[in-house]
Amino acid sequence: MKTSLAERTNADWLQALRADPSSEALEDLRAILLRGLRASLASRIDGDLETLTEDFAQDALLKILKNLDTFRGESRFTTWAQKIAIHIALSELRRRRWRDVPLQSFTQNAEGEELTPILLTDPLPQPDRAAAQNDLLRTVEELIFEELTERQRTAMLAILQDGLPLQVIAERMDTNPNALYKLLHDARQRLKQRMEEKTGLSAQELMSLFEAG
Amino acid sequence: MARIQSDTLKELLKRALSTRSDEMGCETCYEKLDHFVELELEGKDAAQALPMIKRHLELCSGCTEEYKALLTAIKQFETDNPQS
Repeated sequence: MKTSLAERTNADWLQALRADPSSEALEDLRAILLRGLRASLASRIDGDLETLTEDFAQDALLKILKNLDTFRGESRFTTWAQKIAIHIALSELRRRRWRDVPLQSFTQNAEGEELTPILLTDPLPQPDRAAAQNDLLRTVEELIFEELTERQRTAMLAILQDGLPLQVIAERMDTNPNALYKLLHDARQRLKQRMEEKTGLSAQELMSLFEAG
Repeated sequence: MARIQSDTLKELLKRALSTRSDEMGCETCYEKLDHFVELELEGKDAAQALPMIKRHLELCSGCTEEYKALLTAIKQFETDNPQS
């Protein structure tokens, strides 16, 4: 008797795909991937959705078959398989979408003036609060140029100012997303530490001062 | 040479000040994303169960895009294959 897609267990999927990669299970999986890709990509693609989703599904099936042993059973098999298909599709679409957007070099806005120490009194009158926030922004800008490496600065500002996805920047910088995330994490941590040292305030105090206004 | 806009500085400052030493990278987030999405669709508090993923998604637009697309795809699967 034919097993419905929802009834097929993870073990059923693995067994069927391992036993015969050209089986009915593979065609069922292809249909699931296609339906999922069409649903999730419809609003992101202007051109030929059918051809693109078929290409993505085919690439995903090859990758899934090659990586069956890495499935850890923490979700339904079909969810895991769809995750792989989505990753393949969005990685390619990101590459195309951002192809012509360069990574920029940044320069400092103002001449480095003496920074006013920030004194926290609560509550600060509005004009004082605005001035303190301005000081904070000037301080962080100084630190971006003093404390970060060129790679950290370029990647951080490409994400925040130009909206480039981290994955696209990683490719441009000949690294991988995980390593770039670590690089940016180190940069944020360095900025946090130096902000605390320069102002004599904790991150929490700085945040509350900043968010209050 | 580009200039840094004040909105960029504000966002960068917020991100820097909320940095934690134990953040999760893109690779680990990707590994756990299928589990995270299923918890969410089961009506469980995925963010409480896997808070590090939630934190990563707040900081990474690429992973967030994949998370949202996966949610849509799985909802489609559940519509096509309702559990009896």
